[in-house]
Amino acid sequence: MTHKMEIDGIEVTFSEGETILEVAERHQKEIPTLCYDPRLEPFGGCRLCIVELEGSRNPVASCTTQATAGMVVRTVTDTIEAYRKTLLEMVVSENREVDVPPLRGYASGELASLRDKYEINGTSISGAKSGTNKADDNPFILRDYELCISCYRCVRVCAEQEGDHAINVMNRGFHTQITTEFDGLLKDSACTFCGQCIQTCPTGALADKKALRAVDEVADAVPDKTRTICPYCGVGCSVDVLTKNEKIVGIHPAMDGPANQGALCVKGQFAYDFVHHPDRLKTPLVRGDDGELHEATWDDALDRTAEGFRKVNAEHGRHSVYGVASGRAPSEAAYLMQKFIRVGFGTNYIDNCSRA
Amino acid sequence: MSNPLVDMQKPEVIFCIGTNMTECHPVAATGLKKAVARGAKLIVADPRRIGLAEMSDLFLPLRVGSDTALLLGMAHVIAREGLINEDFIKNRTTGFDAFFEHISQWTPEWAESITGVPAKDIETAAMLYGSADKGAIYYTLGITEHICGVENVQSLCNLALMTGNIGREGTGINPMRGQNNIQGAGDSGALPNNYPGFQAVTDPEYQAKFKAEYGREIDLEKGITKVTALDLCGEGIHAMLIDGENTLISDPDREHCEHALRSLEHLVVIDIFLTETAELADVVLPATAWGETDGVCTNTERRVQRMRAAVPPPGEAKPDWWIICQIAQRLGFEGFDFDTPKPIFNELCRISPIYAGLDWDRIEKGATDTLNNQWPVPHKDHPGTPRLHEETFVNGRGIFSNVHYRDPAETIDEEFPVWLTTGRRLQSYHTRTQTGRAQGIDYLLSEESLEVNPADIERWELADGEWCKMSSARGSITIKVKATNRSPRGTVFASFSFADVPVNMLTGSGYDPVTHTAELKVCPVRLEPL
Repeated sequence: MTHKMEIDGIEVTFSEGETILEVAERHQKEIPTLCYDPRLEPFGGCRLCIVELEGSRNPVASCTTQATAGMVVRTVTDTIEAYRKTLLEMVVSENREVDVPPLRGYASGELASLRDKYEINGTSISGAKSGTNKADDNPFILRDYELCISCYRCVRVCAEQEGDHAINVMNRGFHTQITTEFDGLLKDSACTFCGQCIQTCPTGALADKKALRAVDEVADAVPDKTRTICPYCGVGCSVDVLTKNEKIVGIHPAMDGPANQGALCVKGQFAYDFVHHPDRLKTPLVRGDDGELHEATWDDALDRTAEGFRKVNAEHGRHSVYGVASGRAPSEAAYLMQKFIRVGFGTNYIDNCSRA
Repeated sequence: MSNPLVDMQKPEVIFCIGTNMTECHPVAATGLKKAVARGAKLIVADPRRIGLAEMSDLFLPLRVGSDTALLLGMAHVIAREGLINEDFIKNRTTGFDAFFEHISQWTPEWAESITGVPAKDIETAAMLYGSADKGAIYYTLGITEHICGVENVQSLCNLALMTGNIGREGTGINPMRGQNNIQGAGDSGALPNNYPGFQAVTDPEYQAKFKAEYGREIDLEKGITKVTALDLCGEGIHAMLIDGENTLISDPDREHCEHALRSLEHLVVIDIFLTETAELADVVLPATAWGETDGVCTNTERRVQRMRAAVPPPGEAKPDWWIICQIAQRLGFEGFDFDTPKPIFNELCRISPIYAGLDWDRIEKGATDTLNNQWPVPHKDHPGTPRLHEETFVNGRGIFSNVHYRDPAETIDEEFPVWLTTGRRLQSYHTRTQTGRAQGIDYLLSEESLEVNPADIERWELADGEWCKMSSARGSITIKVKATNRSPRGTVFASFSFADVPVNMLTGSGYDPVTHTAELKVCPVRLEPL
């Protein structure tokens, strides 16, 4: 059932259960947020998304306030913008740095872009910095808590999206720290290294260590992105492959991936660099008279391939040739493999690797 | 899967059997975890206390290979307690009366004697699933990699049919596919019994269609499976073209497999690495990898999606489709004149009714609010089919199967007194040709170990962290022992991922007679200290 409300002087419709923020975003309103991840339960921690609500004495957090019929909301007023700017100044003042390489994670530039939008130079408020870095020798997740702003997106994505509950909050207020149980290494916690905490972090406090290996090469530029599907299991998660200079430098989950809605696992997130491994086959190989495999030209290798099939077919008949298609290559390969057998030999001597 | 992945958050009761989803399909498992957090009841049947078992409401630790008995016992209770969906049975199924009579003998007490699961837990599971308005079944290779894989799947179908838990949101029979395009490989006709789009090679209509399409006579009978082909290597089969499969490590009974491949006069392997299988080839042809290849794949929920090249391939590596075209052209075969993948995929769509409404351009655009690209997509204006069997079954009515329990091909005895079951782990993928070459993965998992119950370690005089010798009727390997309560007493577990611990030297006791899927989940072994 749809209802009506007013946002910035325009009548809009909404469905039961939507928050003011969701309705506003659907109508192209840009409300700043830091603790908000649309995949997670409303949290209302950062207060940046406050809006004026007619009949309410104080501004309300639009991410936690459900829309109701007849509401009159203003998303941008001088007072609201001043509040937001002050909040951002305080957040920015606590962090060692705000400009971080985009390789740190999918959302890592959120704080910097809000700082730019609100033209905060970082000098109006100064004081102690919060957060203590955690040395952790794992090869995937950098725990640079000096950049943590206690939005708890990492804790919530781990609990709500992954159901792993590997990390939580220690201490309160200025001494708030994200940590594992017993404040140990991620390896010794329930962490599965899915990387979701990295990708939701709005400041780069949790960062993709593996992608950061390419930080000098990529510098501050945003790497090129190519939308594809993860190479591993059959779930078919959508990913964006990050590339620079013809190299894959990292993976971002596709937040709009129909099968994964932004989720990934350790393999899809981090096990991509086999593509550039020196063991990759770069030329055809043909077995020589010495019994060893030797590099060959495509022409020679294809001739040898064809000749072998022709000879076996001639000597043993068309039922002596068998084709096995891959469950890893795209469907065009499997389709042509079966066509090769059916058109070429007139048999159904074709299978794929699904039986073992 | 009969139902889409998003449905995983919708059931009231979820029955997972033979699926280690949190490790093998971790992202799918996130949906299931959300359902559980919301209050859905989770029943897990598995020989091992896997991650899913830890979060379940009811855990049924059945003996390996006893699934059919468990499921017959559950069907018995559902019928006995009157939890059947009479309307659904009347309107949508056939054979229930005979099935009803059949299951009257398979009491939960009988099932307990086979499975080791207490009868009262079998009853509770049946009542939970049978009472749910939305009950969903999820399974993986723990159901199919048995000599009775077909009966196991039929038993699950029986449960869904008798309770009407199919064809609606949050229900269904949902096998999770293991490889990024294993569904697509079957869709594309790389099967001995089906042309592209699952059109049976034995059906005269399709025989005529493909004779016209491919311009030649094709055998009117089914071909042989890869398992049979390997059995015939050197006798009937003398040449093989293998694309992207490390057969030697992933298939059961490695010694047999190696002997088979070595007996071929001509073995050609297309792959991205010199795998153990490629090392046996006469010609190895270098393929482009994921990230370098444009094409289309299909996921476990029948969603057809676009894979894209992001970087150029190394050296002279070429796409698999290009390689196959080149071989075909040199043999003078017609119909392999392709320069890009697009017309290949469009040809597949044109001749496959399930893909008829799809083409390269539609897949390129991706899913939209109105088009989801889950097959069947019978015509261009069709939005796709997230849920199968909503109005009717493909064959008209759902058929009850009067299955019987069978023992595994080999059962434990004095010589081989321990059940070995095999599987996968979160951090490695299949034979590690890829994950083994990804930096950092070794930090999480650098070697294979055999999961043994601490009491069994004592009983077999082994030591945690030390090596042991594990032998089956086919061979022996050495493997490090790891004490864990994940393994019940009398059952041990290892993955087949590490080439230096070739667990598939031991497996291969039997195959499902219909699907020829190997019984990789059951292998009696003997453990000895080194």
